[in-house]
Amino acid sequence: MRGRRRTLDELLSFFSVALLTATLRSAAPLVFAAMGGLLAERSGITNIALEGFMLMGAFAAVAGTWFFHSPLIGLIVAVVVGAVGGLVFAFWTVTLRADQIVAGTAIVLLGLGLTSFLTEHIWGQAGSSPPVERLPTIGLGMNILLPVAFLLVPLTHWFLFKTKAGLRVLACGEKPEAAQAVGIDVARYRYAMVVISGLLAAVGGAYLSIGDLSQFTTNITAGRGFIALAAVIFGNWMPWPTMGAALLFGFAQALRFQVQALDLPIPQDLIIALPYLLTLVAITGLLRRSTPPAGLGRHPTGG
Amino acid sequence: MSTLPLPTERESSSPWGRVTRALPTVLSSLLAIAIALLAGAVVLALSGANPIPAYEALFAGAFGGRRELAETLVMATPLILGGLAFAVAARAGLFNIGIEGQMVVGGLCAGLVAAWDPGLPVFIHLPLAVLAGMMAGSVWGFIPGFLKAQTGAHEVITTIMLNYLAYRISTVVIGQENFPLVNPALQATLPALENARLPRLIEGTRLHAGILIALAAAAVVWFLLYRTVFGYKIRTVGLSPGAAAFAGIPWGRTIALAMLLSGLLAGLGGTVDALGLQGRYYNVTLGIGFTSIAVGLVGRNTPFGVVLAGLLFGALASGATKMQNTAGISRDIVYVLLAFVILSVSALAVAQQFRQAKRLASRARGMTRDRAAQDAGDPLVEPSPPSRAI
Repeated sequence: MRGRRRTLDELLSFFSVALLTATLRSAAPLVFAAMGGLLAERSGITNIALEGFMLMGAFAAVAGTWFFHSPLIGLIVAVVVGAVGGLVFAFWTVTLRADQIVAGTAIVLLGLGLTSFLTEHIWGQAGSSPPVERLPTIGLGMNILLPVAFLLVPLTHWFLFKTKAGLRVLACGEKPEAAQAVGIDVARYRYAMVVISGLLAAVGGAYLSIGDLSQFTTNITAGRGFIALAAVIFGNWMPWPTMGAALLFGFAQALRFQVQALDLPIPQDLIIALPYLLTLVAITGLLRRSTPPAGLGRHPTGG
Repeated sequence: MSTLPLPTERESSSPWGRVTRALPTVLSSLLAIAIALLAGAVVLALSGANPIPAYEALFAGAFGGRRELAETLVMATPLILGGLAFAVAARAGLFNIGIEGQMVVGGLCAGLVAAWDPGLPVFIHLPLAVLAGMMAGSVWGFIPGFLKAQTGAHEVITTIMLNYLAYRISTVVIGQENFPLVNPALQATLPALENARLPRLIEGTRLHAGILIALAAAAVVWFLLYRTVFGYKIRTVGLSPGAAAFAGIPWGRTIALAMLLSGLLAGLGGTVDALGLQGRYYNVTLGIGFTSIAVGLVGRNTPFGVVLAGLLFGALASGATKMQNTAGISRDIVYVLLAFVILSVSALAVAQQFRQAKRLASRARGMTRDRAAQDAGDPLVEPSPPSRAI
């Protein structure tokens, strides 16, 4: 009986403030990238380049902080680099009309290659940068970008569904031909959304390198860009559900640190894998068919 | 894929006709590589390195001798299999981002069977280990295909989730202290028995029989895709699910089987890496899964193209080591080169399609240009099938 009470206490303390903040901290970079990805996808551009933008942002933030001795300037550098990356991706997908998945894959490889190449080139050591100053924190190990991430969700919702520009973005994503016909410059809206997606994903990357850690390491994102994309699809291209999915994945990552403290009879790797398994079950059982924007990946005729 | 030829184009062509038709594609791929090398040289120059000795070292490291050539083939082996895996799924209209996970379960199962010692002769034990790897990969590929067919669950999410699950399962299995076939301290299986290893082809190099398996797999995939009803179904479903349904081709069954085949090929990729190169299965992310996507894309999702792209990527990987050692340039520049290759391939593919559409349009008298482009299957005009949207 005593033993059982102890286990219960342990379980209760397990769902603690620490787990909550760890979840928020792990989810925030995903939310940044996912909101960016959502905007680009809603405008009709398939965005698997998020991982690349995140890597570029994470690196640029550290490089900027290193050269200018200020994490805020580092953040600005990351924003600029992310926007430029988005511009390149937009040029390829909107202007050249190259295959969006092919171009996205290239951006990911470019992010991976360029950041690790430059890391070794600038700091003379493979794998990681020297430590740099971090962004200011707001307590409980959370940095100033964390609330920004979660403020982005209502902002994205408001923009997409309550403003004229947002509704036009939706039109570009649902029926590009019709949008074109009523005089919406589809290419311009898509450019804008893809650039914003690059910028936001880069901030998500900066969150990892100068927010959570204080250095850049090779492949620091470890697939978070893809997870963010999965969150967008899981969230059915809607801001709030997408955030929910990001929180679920954040929870999965947070578990990794908490599960070690518990002495459970099940291998901890399986517990860590549980949210991914849940996602798999949820997407097949609950959502049935997900409905992407109807014009995703399509160009308006002649435009 | 926007670069797919229509099925009818393929069927009605003589061998020579096929060569001449493939010529612009080959030329544009070569042009893309040239552009990429040029852009890479600019990056190198901007970073203060001299690109000429760097490229010399890269080339020498990839083709400079027997050993270097062998190393290029070694690096190309899992990439060709992974690229084939991507191509088969892409032909059915699916984006298999789960090659990594399929390679992990394939390598794990092959490694376990190879480390197990029931005293079997080589002609039974080796095929058994390879079969185990292929079966595991098939299962891991079939799951997302089946789920998509049954419930419409998007394969991009399911395969990403399965990648994580594969890696976790592998970590659990490898970490079992009292399981006799693994070495938890090394994060690997026990070494493969001599009877279950792929034989070395040339002494003094790391070249193993995996390359023969990869090339044979490419031939089999070509035959399956272009000479069997099953392949015809896969390509039709990928090009137009609507037309396939109209022709009575079951969409669900076809994509599920295509994903099974894709996973089988990826599992084989993990298997040859474990049984040929490493001699056991190591529980590390190979990163080959993602590069395989690029191999498939650059190879335009054709078996022959994938072999060439795999060899190119293998050459870059093996040359990069030499470049790092002799010219002192980080081998990571290779990823930048790969990215440039893909970017130029994708841009040139659009230009080629545009020319093709224009040619067809000028031929089609009485038709407007847009209409002809539509009939040519121009992806810019034609709506893509639902599965292509991510």
